[in-house]
Amino acid sequence: MQHCDTTRLNPAELLAAADSLLTELGDTPSAHGRMQMAYACGCADGGIEVIYVLSQGANLPYKVWRVRPQDHTLPSLANKLPLLGWYEREMMDLYGLRFEGHPEPHPLVLHEGEPREPAPLAKPFDPLATTRDYSPQPPIVPQVLGPDIQRLPFGPVRADIVESAQFLFFYIGEGILHYHPRLFYKHRAMEARFQGQPLRVGAVLAERVSGIDSVAHALAYAQAVEGAMGWRAPARARYLRVILAELERLYNHLHYLGHLSKTTTLKVGEAEGHLLEERVKQINGKLTGSRFLRGLVTPGGLRRDLDISGLDKALDAINEEIDRYLDRLESTRSHLDRLMTTGILPRQVAFDQGATGPIERASNLDRDLRRDHPYAHYAKVRFSVPVQQGGDAHARSLVRMEEIRESLAIIRQTIGRTKPGEVLRFDVMEDPDPQGEGLGWVEATRGGLLYAVHLSADRTRLLRVKIKEPSFSNWRVFPFTVEDSNMMDYAINEASFGLSIAGADR
Amino acid sequence: MPVWTWFGLQKGRATTPWPERPGPDGQDGVLGLPRFDAARCSTAQTGCTDCVAACPASAISANAAGAVRIDYARCVGCQLCTEVCPEGAFTVSHDWAFGVRDKADLVNRGNAIVPTATPQTTNETELAQELKAFGKSLHIRHVDAGSCNGCESELQALLNPFYNLHRLGLFFTPSPRFADLLLVTGPVTAAMREPLLRTFEAMPQPRWVMAAGTCATGGGTNGGGYACHNGLDGILPVDVWLPGCPPNPAALIEALLVLLRRRPQRVHGGHHESA
Repeated sequence: MQHCDTTRLNPAELLAAADSLLTELGDTPSAHGRMQMAYACGCADGGIEVIYVLSQGANLPYKVWRVRPQDHTLPSLANKLPLLGWYEREMMDLYGLRFEGHPEPHPLVLHEGEPREPAPLAKPFDPLATTRDYSPQPPIVPQVLGPDIQRLPFGPVRADIVESAQFLFFYIGEGILHYHPRLFYKHRAMEARFQGQPLRVGAVLAERVSGIDSVAHALAYAQAVEGAMGWRAPARARYLRVILAELERLYNHLHYLGHLSKTTTLKVGEAEGHLLEERVKQINGKLTGSRFLRGLVTPGGLRRDLDISGLDKALDAINEEIDRYLDRLESTRSHLDRLMTTGILPRQVAFDQGATGPIERASNLDRDLRRDHPYAHYAKVRFSVPVQQGGDAHARSLVRMEEIRESLAIIRQTIGRTKPGEVLRFDVMEDPDPQGEGLGWVEATRGGLLYAVHLSADRTRLLRVKIKEPSFSNWRVFPFTVEDSNMMDYAINEASFGLSIAGADR
Repeated sequence: MPVWTWFGLQKGRATTPWPERPGPDGQDGVLGLPRFDAARCSTAQTGCTDCVAACPASAISANAAGAVRIDYARCVGCQLCTEVCPEGAFTVSHDWAFGVRDKADLVNRGNAIVPTATPQTTNETELAQELKAFGKSLHIRHVDAGSCNGCESELQALLNPFYNLHRLGLFFTPSPRFADLLLVTGPVTAAMREPLLRTFEAMPQPRWVMAAGTCATGGGTNGGGYACHNGLDGILPVDVWLPGCPPNPAALIEALLVLLRRRPQRVHGGHHESA
């Protein structure tokens, strides 16, 4: 895989490799090296290969382990590297693999009660051929015996305009004893949808995995394809990609603050956050024709050029309002009271369970792909990465507030440096990957987003696309902050994580 | 708290007077679904099917005689057809007000004679009477049946101070028992089918259904496959269809008002009136 150090392992060596990774990382959470994801992929000979992707450190290439399971079985690494737990369960559901010694070998992506034979992504079954029947069965949760313990299943259809998911609470009085988010009601088989598609269609699909992260997904996909093909997007396209990515962060973070204010019952704060989000979406619409900045990023650059001459002025019109809004939130005691000490995520848990983006940075893990593995034109932009120590809801909102200010500064710097030129180019500038595989990464609004892309032999179609979605990572972490907290704080804590369900479910 | 009240008052009115009085709809520059000009299409002569091949949602098809058919219920507005068409028959447009009561109105057969209205049935007159009673107070229950969250983002925007949906007598309600309209987004995943049907069953009659976004109207790029249906067809009786990926807030308002007969439908036979 392009930009990666690859090691081929056999199943017997896997546990030892995990042990040596743990030794390498030492006792304290490292700021850089970490397991990122694991996924399965069909091979030309009809077998299945499991691929583990690890980050090493700033500006070092990613590490890749490739293993061929024996008899559809591999040893589970979830006890050593807990964040792999969900990735292994996903492979059990979709590829029919077994992971020996897995601590929670339950269905994840395909719910209990959904037919799982044959596994949808394992060959020769055509993953897009039929709709599956679904008969609901309760999720597997710890047995609860006390007579005073309430069991509350909330969802999948919940109050308000929200995404579908079910939350199971076991609580006594106000205190939450156990919390189980049941996701994947929205699993749409998005990764299967890429298979067999031409490269340019992949970008259209990537934009529709998580609508509010359209740019990040299209960009991570495009960079993965460019790596595999040896293409390099022209300079103007790379500058414009930075502007698009930061506009996306801007409207998302403003929405986040509006929603967080809603949960602390700060009505005017809610209205103002959502109004500012609307103003940015309208700027997006004028600039690109799409309020979600869709239809531009594609492998090779951008589909068309943009006129950014009015952007500076449009941002001037809201910059001061945004500043005042942030200051006012930070001086409202009733709002801060509800955020401080709510939903504390310790640094070690954040690291072990795979927290990413503003969530990990609020728990004092200083990682940001824009700085550590620069893509597009981030290497030429000056910006700082806000980090907080507290790990509570307040720290999470502070990180996002600072990122709003940084995003505005990044856009302004970039506007000044964007020179006229072409925006789309398919010339081979670097050595293409011999296997036709590429890895693309983006620091999306919600954290590290990775696309692994495997191309067909003639390099015109997609064979397999794996998406490591930041919300998939952060949903795994979130329950650790809920247990032992109370029902009154739940909505605030959930809002402070700023999770997307469409992205996690795919 | 008082500081916020003062701050809110000081900011003045943020809400647009649109659509009741002239004012900005907030969609300057926002692209809609592509327009098709059959007169420019050369498929009948040359057999060119570039648009059919480029469409990732199978919204465009061509028959043996070279007649191109566009099913806007499946169109995600990716604009790829406008980029590949050698004759410029497909062009970008700002036609986003695509809410229709009859799904057949979303199919463009490229015919030169453009229908300007869908014939009214007796059923339609009765329905219009019924809806009139709800014209000034409609309560909506939204169900996400597997969207990408783009539709939710725009539905949430309806409640921001710019659109301020409540001023139009349209409200979202948490309980299906108080709801008049079921607004569905997403292609309907296998796991959401049952909860969706149970929500519909819980609603008192008379009740209506709106399919919002291309996933719900026809599956788009995300429908089908092992985990999804192709939208609401064959799952629920739909009263208003609104394709768009996602439909913007103004398009959502227009479609709700089309349902209530407070705005005329602007798309007939797959042609937008401004085309």
